[in-house]
Amino acid sequence: MSEHHHKETFVTKYIFSQDHKMISKQFLVTGMIMGIIGVLMSMLFRLQIAWPEKSFSIIEAFLGPHQQDGIMSPDMYLALVTIHGTIMVFFVLTAGLSGTFSNLLIPLQIGARDMASGFLNMISYWLFFISSIVMVISLFVEAGPASAGWTIYPPLSALPQAIPGSGLGMTLWLVSMAIFIASSLIGSLNYIVTIFNLRTKGMKMTRLPLTMWAFFITAIIGVVSFPVLLSAALLLIFDRSFGTSFYLSDIFISGEVLHYQGGSPVLFEHLFWFLGHPEVYIVLLPALGITSEIISTHSRKPIFGYRAMIGSIMAIAFLSTIVWGHHMFISGMNPFLGSVFTFTTLLIAIPSAVKAFNYITTLWKGNLQLNPAMLFSIGLVSTFVTGGLTGLVLGDSALDINIHDTYFVVAHFHLVMGVSAIFGMYAGIYHWFPKMYGRMMNKTLGYWHFWITIISAYGVFFPMHFIGLAGLPRRYYSNTAFPMFDDVADTNVVITIFALVGGVAQLIFLANFFISIYRGQKASQNPWNSNTIEWTTPVEHLHGNWPGKIPEVHRWAYDYSKKVDADDDDSDYLHGKDWVSQITPLLPGEEPS
Amino acid sequence: MLALFYIFIGVAIGVSFWQITRIMNFRSVIANDKDNDFQGKMFLGFTVFLYAMMLYCLIWMNVIMLPESASVEGVNDDILFNITFWMIGIVQFIMQFLIFYFSFKYRGKKENKAKFFADSHKLELIWTVAPAIVLVVLIGYGLWQWNDIMYVGEDEDPVVIEVYAKQFQWEARYAGEDNTLGLGNVNFIKGINTIGVDMSDANSQDDKQVTELHLPKGRKVLFKFRSQDVLHSAYMPHFRAQMNCVPGMVTQFAFTPKFTTEEMRLRPEVVEKVDGINKIRAKNNAEEMYVFDYILLCNKICGASHYNMQMKIVVEEEDKFNDWLAQQPTLAEVIK
Repeated sequence: MSEHHHKETFVTKYIFSQDHKMISKQFLVTGMIMGIIGVLMSMLFRLQIAWPEKSFSIIEAFLGPHQQDGIMSPDMYLALVTIHGTIMVFFVLTAGLSGTFSNLLIPLQIGARDMASGFLNMISYWLFFISSIVMVISLFVEAGPASAGWTIYPPLSALPQAIPGSGLGMTLWLVSMAIFIASSLIGSLNYIVTIFNLRTKGMKMTRLPLTMWAFFITAIIGVVSFPVLLSAALLLIFDRSFGTSFYLSDIFISGEVLHYQGGSPVLFEHLFWFLGHPEVYIVLLPALGITSEIISTHSRKPIFGYRAMIGSIMAIAFLSTIVWGHHMFISGMNPFLGSVFTFTTLLIAIPSAVKAFNYITTLWKGNLQLNPAMLFSIGLVSTFVTGGLTGLVLGDSALDINIHDTYFVVAHFHLVMGVSAIFGMYAGIYHWFPKMYGRMMNKTLGYWHFWITIISAYGVFFPMHFIGLAGLPRRYYSNTAFPMFDDVADTNVVITIFALVGGVAQLIFLANFFISIYRGQKASQNPWNSNTIEWTTPVEHLHGNWPGKIPEVHRWAYDYSKKVDADDDDSDYLHGKDWVSQITPLLPGEEPS
Repeated sequence: MLALFYIFIGVAIGVSFWQITRIMNFRSVIANDKDNDFQGKMFLGFTVFLYAMMLYCLIWMNVIMLPESASVEGVNDDILFNITFWMIGIVQFIMQFLIFYFSFKYRGKKENKAKFFADSHKLELIWTVAPAIVLVVLIGYGLWQWNDIMYVGEDEDPVVIEVYAKQFQWEARYAGEDNTLGLGNVNFIKGINTIGVDMSDANSQDDKQVTELHLPKGRKVLFKFRSQDVLHSAYMPHFRAQMNCVPGMVTQFAFTPKFTTEEMRLRPEVVEKVDGINKIRAKNNAEEMYVFDYILLCNKICGASHYNMQMKIVVEEEDKFNDWLAQQPTLAEVIK
């Protein structure tokens, strides 16, 4: 990389930038816009669930032809839950989270001037941008956007006769996802290559901060599993447009027998969940990596069990690719497979428990600096535990039979991957905002944001477990057809109120974010007194990150509160302060941790 | 027009936020001891909120839960569920306490020093092995139960019933005297042969097609599921039973009904739940009161009326069931 400065125009600096820091901001802002759309949708369909026969002018305003007198149509309800799921899982929590922080942190934390290929990195963002645009355009299709659930199981997703959203809306959905997958693959390859090849002198793999390990393993899972979703989508496109029968067979609809012969929807389910389950960890692992870093920094303590954390990330990643069948216990697949998948699924509890206990032990006897980033990280550990534990119920095939596709599932995955990953993302934004924009975010607004968000998150998703145990299926437009569900109606109203409050509270964050970009206090070089080397770069961004030589790394990232006498907690700090940057050489006689 | 109005409100909120934050001190950015102290206490307060909510859901929402299993096989499901739920409940209470109590207890102070504690193989071994032992129990019980439900022995002589799904309706077919279902395929759907039975198959002649599901108490029922259009899922929550209906293949599930509908209506849990529901219905001026019935509902997104795809299930004593079945006409009589 040449070190002299190219002349940058507005276009090369802000639009077709190849600088990883700018690309990360592009990912973040695009992800945030998609997030606003996704959250708004959830607020609309929560209104429908709580008050199914009530007219709302806000629904009239937003849904246009898909509502009548302020009551949304059943097709539109299904479309909203479908697109909400798609946007939140892929566009916000995959691209928005991974794209933002992998891009921002990988070169900065391993000591590289940029990604291995800045050009591919730029392509990755613009493909993501195009796929977002296509997805948004699909919302305006006359017959409505894709509405077969975010899992788009055929035949529902293949037959416009079955649901209007499976026409042009579904085509656009598939096109958008195909582009998205290309973006994700290019990005992931770039991350892997960069972490392998561009680490600065002394940055051994065993000295990488846990964020890097998390992003690295996440990228590997992405490369392994996303192509399978692409092939699943391609075969679905063939079935829809070219008359093949990969997924379809023996179908009678709208008074006629269709020509499809010999395909099976179960094949699609296998292909979909081969990505779909690892996707959970593609979403969650970066959040856990961010949390590891933040909890350690703000506890002023080394992360407990660094090697165990890496081991558990690897174990989770490995197991995540052989558990997809637990989404299919009652799909009609061979029950023996159900046994196998129950076994592998429940094993994931072990590395997950190790991670949770390690976080708690890191808090123990720390000197906790309760900044907003730290609050969100602690919140993540809490929701990760709450949501993760119910996985033991769902992963057990015998128990899954009766709660499959009920609200219990909705509660489980929202807590464990939705809320947790969003918390990780917020934590990351509050923590690295100074690195991104050279200014600080306001802490008071951050506190308000955190407390309202966590209370409403629990208020929404905790009671949801219990209406699921009452047998209430998810994706029901209204529960009024079943008198047996009359007694969950009140709970649904409470949930909706929490959801609306929680949704509106995100405005606090948006305000804090955008105002701080322009008016926030100027950041110092290392505001959190952190050890990782991204804080040794100057506050003002420059292409190439470090002005002179890239610093050499001499130790791991977690030498917080290292004492003169290792056995005496009250002895003086070894380096005179409670943090030791990774670039500080070992003192004579100092033991590396 | 209305959308514009809402966008205008959004902008107005944004602008007022902008103005408020101009006045606010945007300089306060890093937590000081006062913040740590206050936020630490907030965590303690939040623990109280969380525990109150958990207890409320566990105790007072108990009345809306499904009543005890109405199938023999489901009883073990309930036991396994209770074991699992107690276990995760206890772990949840302890872990949340530790997370939030530590966040409170070790809230930062200038003069405090954090403990340098990077590793302990002993501790890590404990929390690797402890979950592993618990899992062995859960996996063992779970797999035993799963195999018990999913494999139907030939000597059990089950009543064979086909459950047939289409947008947005359930139908059912009994196997008749020979207890063997005739073949079916969408190509045979024509007129009153709505579920596509192959009438050239000898086994089809004595089959009986119905729109209400009757089951005999105490006898194993083997369901064969088919769908003619999209995926559906036959969900019978009271029996702890569910299986997808997949176009192009036949799936199956079996259970033994344990209580007749009448018996179930008299069980205290059901009485309490029905009373609760009827109080709500009275408040909402509903036209008719709710009477408990077993129900089959669709639990896989299948289109616009997915939320209203249901069929009543009646469980009765075996002789009454046989009488009812004898009254139903065979397909040979209906489809000439």
